[in-house]
Amino acid sequence: MTLRNVASEVVVERPVETRVPERVGRVGQFWRTWSGLLFVAPWLIGFLWFGLSPIAASLVISFTDWQLGYDVNFTGFDNYGILFADDKVFRTSVFNTLYYMAFHIPGTIIIGFLLATLLNLKLRGMPFYRTLFYLPSVTSGVATAIIWFWLFQPNGIINSGLGLFGIEEAPRWLNSTMWAMPALIIMSLWNVGTPMILFLAGLQGVPQVLHEAAAVDGANRFQRYVHITIPMMTPYLFLVLILQIIGSFQVFTTALIVTEGGPGHATTFIVLHLYRMGWGAFRMGYASSIAWVLFVMILAVTAVQFWAAKRWVYYEAEGAAR
Amino acid sequence: MTLALGVRRQRSSTLHRWLQGGGRTGAYLLVVGGCALYAFPFFWMVRTSFLPEDLIFVDPPIWFRWPPQWQNYLEVFQVGPFAHWIKNSVIVTVFGVLGHTITSVLAAFGFSRVHFPGRNKLFLMVLATMMIPFHVVLVPQYIMFLQFGWLDTLLPLIVPSLFGSALYIFILRQFFMTLPVELDEAAAMDGASKLQIMTRVVLPLSKPAVATVAVFAFIERWNEFITPLVFIQTSENLTLPVGMMWFRGRFDTFFHLLMAGSVFTVIPIVVAFFFAQKHFIRGIALTGIKG
Repeated sequence: MTLRNVASEVVVERPVETRVPERVGRVGQFWRTWSGLLFVAPWLIGFLWFGLSPIAASLVISFTDWQLGYDVNFTGFDNYGILFADDKVFRTSVFNTLYYMAFHIPGTIIIGFLLATLLNLKLRGMPFYRTLFYLPSVTSGVATAIIWFWLFQPNGIINSGLGLFGIEEAPRWLNSTMWAMPALIIMSLWNVGTPMILFLAGLQGVPQVLHEAAAVDGANRFQRYVHITIPMMTPYLFLVLILQIIGSFQVFTTALIVTEGGPGHATTFIVLHLYRMGWGAFRMGYASSIAWVLFVMILAVTAVQFWAAKRWVYYEAEGAAR
Repeated sequence: MTLALGVRRQRSSTLHRWLQGGGRTGAYLLVVGGCALYAFPFFWMVRTSFLPEDLIFVDPPIWFRWPPQWQNYLEVFQVGPFAHWIKNSVIVTVFGVLGHTITSVLAAFGFSRVHFPGRNKLFLMVLATMMIPFHVVLVPQYIMFLQFGWLDTLLPLIVPSLFGSALYIFILRQFFMTLPVELDEAAAMDGASKLQIMTRVVLPLSKPAVATVAVFAFIERWNEFITPLVFIQTSENLTLPVGMMWFRGRFDTFFHLLMAGSVFTVIPIVVAFFFAQKHFIRGIALTGIKG
């Protein structure tokens, strides 16, 4: 991003004598100190009204057995107890979410990195390719879900394509408990736009001098890639990892529209279970407890990543970690 | 990690040059192949949207049929409250973009160019809220809107978005901080109030960042799914994304109509995106780098 040097166009030298001396009373002083708050006020009001107070309320509600239309009773940690001890669907949803993450995260990172490397080669028409690979990420989750729902039909184009390769007994994908989640994972690999863009930005920041020095020392392209590019990219890898973790924990639209969580509970994700509890059964208290458990999970996994990052992420500014 | 010392002579033989050329061709093949793969679902969506119903399940599949069946796009309006959905989506999106952009610009300016006590601690709170999953506030918000009587209207979708969003404030603040403070000081010496500094000095220089935020907001509001799903019950009051889900629930084998409807959902995004992609992609990289 280039910054035009506008300062030279605007700055005007004023001789000291013409500056008006400022005299402010107490009201003026108060205004001086706090007027800035006005700029922030609209956001602040919204934050308190729709952010902070709901968060606090949500915690309180999670300690009750509130179901719409019934009395509210304070039940302490009961919801959490049920969640961990008795709710089989919740356990399945956690397993499903982790299963998804185990493939989605490495998949999107690898594909995003490869695409970024390819696009960084300054081929002709690069902006067009970049746009095209990014487009699926901005398409509405619903449209994406419906498109892939169509593609994965038992008599749809994917199975026709498999037939071309001689696979006659194609999986029934969304109707099969074994293949439904793989179908969702494949679908999720279509969405590599953000990782790709971030990696591309990172690749363009790798200093050319390092490559040149290594080339002089006789390193070939592959060695340079492995020993220079990848280590320099670790901050971006870390960022994308965190983003993908946070995102995968919250998969909802896809699961709801493509498979409705089925067949059975094969593709029920944590947030889908939350939705079913809150707006299927209207068990507001229980749904709130699921939300808080989800929050704690995301926080914990992210914290672990930050801790582990010290070992493998290299920041140029701080020098080598060795 | 030790590298071999000593200088190597560059191999400038024709074989080497040919290999290098081959590498580039290979790269082109991969990119074009990847593009074809990634564009295919879009192509398939459009192709299916123009097919008459009896031809969608034909084996081997038809790649395209001429003449295209434009009627599908009209039929979509007849089998569901499509016009309402589009209208609702437009309302929510317009208010959302205006609200988010204006409020976020104000707040970002406040957090970067104006000083008041507790400013930095407050900004840390902004960042902290970005970490909390939205689903935590969904239940209480639902109950609140229930008690306000706002359920089944567009109000729960519009009012919160009038108050800005942490992400946009963050992006704009990062950008504002790259502008030299001398500009503000010069304008202040000329007697400008803080508000005037913002509108006459900082904003004109911030067009790429504000455009990025506006496009981000547009895409996010248009695609918004879980909030209309939860807050709206009557099918006529739905926005387009949730309407499409309703649609799929009823017509799940009418793929020609489903695809036509999906095209409606996708077109505004594609248009907005092509208009602003330069700023947009730069904006994403910006959040990533500073984040």
